[in-house]
Amino acid sequence: MKFGVVVFPGTWSDRDCGWVIDQVLGQELTYLWHKDPDLKGCDCVILPGGFAYGDYLRTGAIARFAPVMEKIGEFADRGGLVWGICNGFQVLCEAGLLPGALIRNASLEFRCEWTHLSVERTDIAFTSQCEEREVLRVPIAHGEGSYFADPATLSRLEQRGQVVFRYCDENGRIVPGANPNGSLHNIAGIVNARGNVLGMMPHPERCSEEELGGTDGRKLFRSVAESALKVLVS
Amino acid sequence: MSIKNVDERRLREVALTPDEYRVILEQLKRAPNEVELGMLGVLWSEHCSYKSSKALLRRLPSTGPGVLQGPGENAGAVEIGEGWAAVFKIESHNHPSAIEPYQGAATGVGGIIRDVIAMGARPIALLDSLRFGPLPASSRHFEGVVAGIGGYGNCIGIPTVGGEIYFEDCYANNPLVNAMCVGLVRTDQLMRARAEGAGNSLLLVGADTGRDGIHGASFASLELDENSSERRPAVQVGNPFLEKCLLEACMDLSHTDAVVAIQDLGAAGLTSAVAECAGRVPGAGARVDVALVPRRERGMTPYDVMLSESQERMLVVVRRGREREVESIFEAWDLTSAVIGEVTDDGRLTVVDGDEEVARLPVDLLTEGAPARRLVGFAPEPPYGLEVDELPPLVDPGAALLRMLASPNLASKRGVFRRYDHMVGDSTVIPPGGDAAMLRVKGTRLGIAVTTDCNARYCHLDPHLGAQLAVAEAARNIIATGARPLAVTDCLNFANPDRPEVYWELEEAIAGLAYACRALELPVVSGNVSLYNDSNGESPIFPTPVVGMLGVIADYGKRLGAGLRVEGDFVLLIGSSHNDLGGSEYLKVEHGHVAGRPPSLDLTREKAVNRLMLLAAQSGHLHSAHDCADGGMLVALAECCLLGGMGVRCPALRPEPPLRLDAAFFGESPSRYIVSVPSRAMPEMQSLARRHNVELSLLGLAGGDVVEFEGQMKVSLDELRGAWESMVMG
Repeated sequence: MKFGVVVFPGTWSDRDCGWVIDQVLGQELTYLWHKDPDLKGCDCVILPGGFAYGDYLRTGAIARFAPVMEKIGEFADRGGLVWGICNGFQVLCEAGLLPGALIRNASLEFRCEWTHLSVERTDIAFTSQCEEREVLRVPIAHGEGSYFADPATLSRLEQRGQVVFRYCDENGRIVPGANPNGSLHNIAGIVNARGNVLGMMPHPERCSEEELGGTDGRKLFRSVAESALKVLVS
Repeated sequence: MSIKNVDERRLREVALTPDEYRVILEQLKRAPNEVELGMLGVLWSEHCSYKSSKALLRRLPSTGPGVLQGPGENAGAVEIGEGWAAVFKIESHNHPSAIEPYQGAATGVGGIIRDVIAMGARPIALLDSLRFGPLPASSRHFEGVVAGIGGYGNCIGIPTVGGEIYFEDCYANNPLVNAMCVGLVRTDQLMRARAEGAGNSLLLVGADTGRDGIHGASFASLELDENSSERRPAVQVGNPFLEKCLLEACMDLSHTDAVVAIQDLGAAGLTSAVAECAGRVPGAGARVDVALVPRRERGMTPYDVMLSESQERMLVVVRRGREREVESIFEAWDLTSAVIGEVTDDGRLTVVDGDEEVARLPVDLLTEGAPARRLVGFAPEPPYGLEVDELPPLVDPGAALLRMLASPNLASKRGVFRRYDHMVGDSTVIPPGGDAAMLRVKGTRLGIAVTTDCNARYCHLDPHLGAQLAVAEAARNIIATGARPLAVTDCLNFANPDRPEVYWELEEAIAGLAYACRALELPVVSGNVSLYNDSNGESPIFPTPVVGMLGVIADYGKRLGAGLRVEGDFVLLIGSSHNDLGGSEYLKVEHGHVAGRPPSLDLTREKAVNRLMLLAAQSGHLHSAHDCADGGMLVALAECCLLGGMGVRCPALRPEPPLRLDAAFFGESPSRYIVSVPSRAMPEMQSLARRHNVELSLLGLAGGDVVEFEGQMKVSLDELRGAWESMVMG
């Protein structure tokens, strides 16, 4: 399994994702520079956390124009695995690869803390190693991670089961108190209709080793690694 | 030649005294022109020249077996093992933060990061030591500073892992913002900002130069007054995104040997960067053409360009003929770079504007020429006494504990540090909220523990002792994680030293720091002095010598947290307790006094306790460890419970006279820790205690969801958490 981690100017989770892929999971890793004209034969492309291009206009708003994004769009159209984490999720929404938008946290503050996620879908590559309704403990770190979509989009997402992760309490109950940022329907991560493009605000690469406080994130990386053979990139 | 050649108003503008001007005339044997006067003014400012503190600072120990770089460079560096060096420094950004809290704090963070980058190191952690007036009156400062630190650190992707926040009346007009950065570099790749090699090129990289921040260094060397807000142009604006690109590009420089040196452009901008770089090499000089400096604004004069403090700029000394190679590295990150001059061997800093020479000054006059100020220290009346015997006895320890935990100085700062990304980098193995934070060194088992400390109340009551206590407490914070303290960086925040009582505080505090650092074998490898922290000369701050400390543990798998974690563990108090209520939080919260003598400190005892702790930690006896500090034993114990989510049941505390009950619970005797150990480790702990001649007492058993001293107090964890987290909003 070859993972490609995209580096925009201002990206900072690239090295953390790279560390988990390479050192923790022992998978093949390459970095994809935002100016790169091709994806170097990657099976899964990760858009990591950070403040791509400074996020000055709006999170992800400039990054979507990067040369590498065109290739990522084509790759996704062919069924390739694309995984946006934090800022990467914001970029995918801006690029139209995922519906909705991430807006300012309801608290109006940046939040870096542990959250619990209820896994709502396990039939996709990203969560193939998880159990239905399994509770994962994964940290967040964002100022603009409140998921928003218009009512029609939201109900379409729900009907098609595109919500992959919801913020929940430690017992898996999806309650307002467990929602750290005001996301609609406690949404922490969604997938496209085809199931190959995932966006999530929490950071699985920050909880893939015991010494960092938990290993639930590793499950997601392993899911992707082990599902490689099942996904056919045409 | 006489002083009349220049009018006094002009001198005041550049913050030079008539006496200093006379020295300039003597040395130059001519009158300086406008540009030269401006350049001398900024470099001779207190902020850049340390003219009031230089003589005192020499007393601090700065060498030791692990020291790779002491003071005088962009940052200090110590060897931590396996070929790695830790680079670190703390710096103040007090005056800018008073005027413009968000940008002041943000650019303070940006500046200290560049200091670490200049050493060739990758920054891995930030800490912030903050002081404000009481809330809510000081919430503009508090909110702005916290947002500014987060805004910069979160965007650039360096975790903010620690620091401290205190509230005290004396900081209402003079908040303190001290930022510390820690970086990692292979020892053989440690850079030094020395302008070696005449003919080598000076490459200016990063942001274009604007008029922002002109005279920032001079501004930092004056008291704040009612006109200070007019100084807002002296506060710079930060661009963390640009600095992130600059950081990555500078890291990429390690792939080439075309780079001789990297220097941060901070206070006094280009003038300081070039002069310092050249000043570190005997006989070296530099020639700068301001016409080649990329600018953000039109109509800038050579004076503006040389004094601008525009942020996110670095000076790179490049081997002659290899400029393209280096420029292409910056281009990859879409960064502007321009060759603006070259290294010379004439010992002069020459500034030209195209064909016209606009300044030519001896480098050593700029960097070393400022005459040391001979100030006089005079001990003030010793602050208010305290008769401990006259204090009413403690009636309800549980109620007092709840009030103490809710006091802003002791309450949980989770509401603040959750606004900082403290996890990015995948290295934070002890998060903020305990004693020291710890970062692992990826690819090794090494852990780096970092902390900042200073109880300014102690320093106010006795600056010599207070400074010692700050060093000792920082060391205990490091040791409580299982790490061994290695070295110190200090940020000396004081009021106006022209006043004898303030200069006395400065003398005493530095002497105290030096004494404790020598005793504990901790070299001071970098630091910063911030004076004139009093507004209108009326409300001087408490002397606040903040100690930043770094330690190392060989295997971070053996690190210790503060929280209780195993039911049935024995909870022990290590070290002895005395009637140390002077300057305590208990005295302030319960009795409304800041008075008395700070706790006395016996550094021999301190060392014995520390040795015991490190031995016990290494041999794996300890399940947790926590420093006993502000708020005393009971507050520390409650923190152990709250951090671990586990209660403790103790028999009644019956202190032996003359120890008072209030002092046993809330006294702040130093050289103490609270640890938890499995019962089977007790014999070993007792024998360790005997061998080191250290007192060890069993407080109680870990478990349950209350903190109880039988018959004296019983409070549920929920209730304690409610009080402790009273500052966590939303």
